[in-house]
Amino acid sequence: MLLFIEQLLNGLQLGVMLFLMSAGLTLVFGIMQVINLAHGSFYMIGAYVAATVAVRSGSFLLGMAVALPVAAAVGMIVELTILRRLYKRDHLDQVLATFGLIFFFNELTRIIWGRQPLFMDVPSWLGGAVELLPGIHYPVYRLAIILVGVFVALFLYLLFSRTRLGMRIRAGASNRDMVAALGVNIRLLYTLVFGLGTMLAALAGVMAGPILAVEVGMGESILILTFVVIVIGGIGSVRGALVGALLVGMVDTLGRVYLPDVLSFFVSSSTANSLGASLASMSVYILMAMVLTCKPAGLFPAQD
Amino acid sequence: MPNRKTILNGIGLLFFLLLPPVTQIFGQEYLLSLFSRILIYGLAAASLDLILGYGGMVSLGHAVFMGVGGYSVGILAFHSYESSPILSWPFVLAGTENALLAWPFAVLVAGIFGLITGAICLRTKGMHFIMITLAFAQMAYYFFVSLTKFGGSDGLSLYNRNTLPGIDLGSDVLFYYLCLAVLVIFLIVAHRLAGSHFGRVVSACRENEQRVQVLGFASYRYKLACYTFSAAAAGLAGALLVNQSEFISPGIMHWTKSGELMVMVLLGGMGTLVGPVLGAATLLLMEDILAMYTEHWMIILGPFLIIVVLFAKRGLYGLLTETGGNNG
Repeated sequence: MLLFIEQLLNGLQLGVMLFLMSAGLTLVFGIMQVINLAHGSFYMIGAYVAATVAVRSGSFLLGMAVALPVAAAVGMIVELTILRRLYKRDHLDQVLATFGLIFFFNELTRIIWGRQPLFMDVPSWLGGAVELLPGIHYPVYRLAIILVGVFVALFLYLLFSRTRLGMRIRAGASNRDMVAALGVNIRLLYTLVFGLGTMLAALAGVMAGPILAVEVGMGESILILTFVVIVIGGIGSVRGALVGALLVGMVDTLGRVYLPDVLSFFVSSSTANSLGASLASMSVYILMAMVLTCKPAGLFPAQD
Repeated sequence: MPNRKTILNGIGLLFFLLLPPVTQIFGQEYLLSLFSRILIYGLAAASLDLILGYGGMVSLGHAVFMGVGGYSVGILAFHSYESSPILSWPFVLAGTENALLAWPFAVLVAGIFGLITGAICLRTKGMHFIMITLAFAQMAYYFFVSLTKFGGSDGLSLYNRNTLPGIDLGSDVLFYYLCLAVLVIFLIVAHRLAGSHFGRVVSACRENEQRVQVLGFASYRYKLACYTFSAAAAGLAGALLVNQSEFISPGIMHWTKSGELMVMVLLGGMGTLVGPVLGAATLLLMEDILAMYTEHWMIILGPFLIIVVLFAKRGLYGLLTETGGNNG
């Protein structure tokens, strides 16, 4: 039971990371109708910049404070120079061009930081574990990640439903030409949305830094899971991204821990272990295929 | 006066035919293995072109069919060395190193996998189609990673190439010519298919599927048949590739490999069939040549790719033939 609660929290924490990634990507999907494979690159850039600054200065917060604007700036430059030309193109062009961006950013990272992974320490004020319930000790840092996710979800909700900027973004998503005709600078709006998306990806990267190795290719492994989240949640829906992220985080985490045990009721334990491990890695994709087969537009289809 | 396309295709064929003697004269035999790979990836890219260029189905999981075909051959050979059956129930399936058995088997398995996944994927469109093909590719990738019996993520080595009665596949030159023959036959078949009634219906689905349906065609079946055929051809490419390198690992079906196949199609010219072969040659040669100058060759390849997408949509073949990638 204690293990179960701990794994539940782990699933929640992975879900939050995925939410940070997918919120930005789904906004870009939903509003600009563009597939951005390079979203994982911004996650990687965030992690690298934060790790470098944090190691040099010794301050995790300073690392984050530098990484977020840097990533957002890189994202907006990419939007201004390349992605902007792709909004009207078909998905194939978007996939290929952003695939080229992945090559570019991965190699640039290798040139700047080398092939060795960087390691980032958990800041001392977030170190250690806290006793949540009697017998359940949980790392403070992972709890902090969950808290950050809650704040971001709240922030996005307020931004979209309570502010003028959010209203304009929603309007731009439903009818670009009409909003532009009403005198809103829609191009600037798109650039800002893209910058916001990259900043959220970078935030995920910064938060992941102390628990994962900061290395080239870290972006791609989370990128695919992010796509799964978005497709399950419904492309373009932030609410869908939240539900999808938590679902995928839970299924992935709990599957890895419990599938071998469950299977060992049916087959021998060594088979159960290998079968369970492979089923666990495949589980989120199976979940996605099931959702798409039943609800091709995802759980929360964004209204076009 | 033959048109430019015919001339260009003739020059290309002549080049590939004359390559082995030329490399032997200049003592550059290592080029043969590179060009064998180019032919094999050319086959895979051309098969992707059938669904991508003609059918308008943007699949981000095509490399997986190469992997399935390759693993079929690899696992058959593995059981042949161990002389243990792959299946003992419900029927006995023994391992084999005979290409006449193993390659059709690889094509069959890849085709069936394509049929099953395609049946699900084709229920969706646009962005969802891209994502679900990707999801199936990832599933298969992790499935093969988890097959520890066959090497898991480290992959599986073959002791030698498959055997083919009358032809020594161990000879690099003969193997090269075999790849060339397979590619040329595929291109002819695919070209005939694309120009046939069937091919025209599939192309029409790309332009306006609703209209095709109104005209009374079951568009879903046409697309699924095209998808399955393309998957089977990619399976054959995988079977050739595992023989060429005498090694297979899940790496060949990583999603970035599927991306590279798409790059080959676009680079060469979509909907031209021959173009993707040219694209495969360009990409693999670029990798090889750039890698001689800098280990960071991807920093050049990435922006190059973006420029091609933004400004040279018709691809190299389109630029060379000037009439462009018309599919009519």
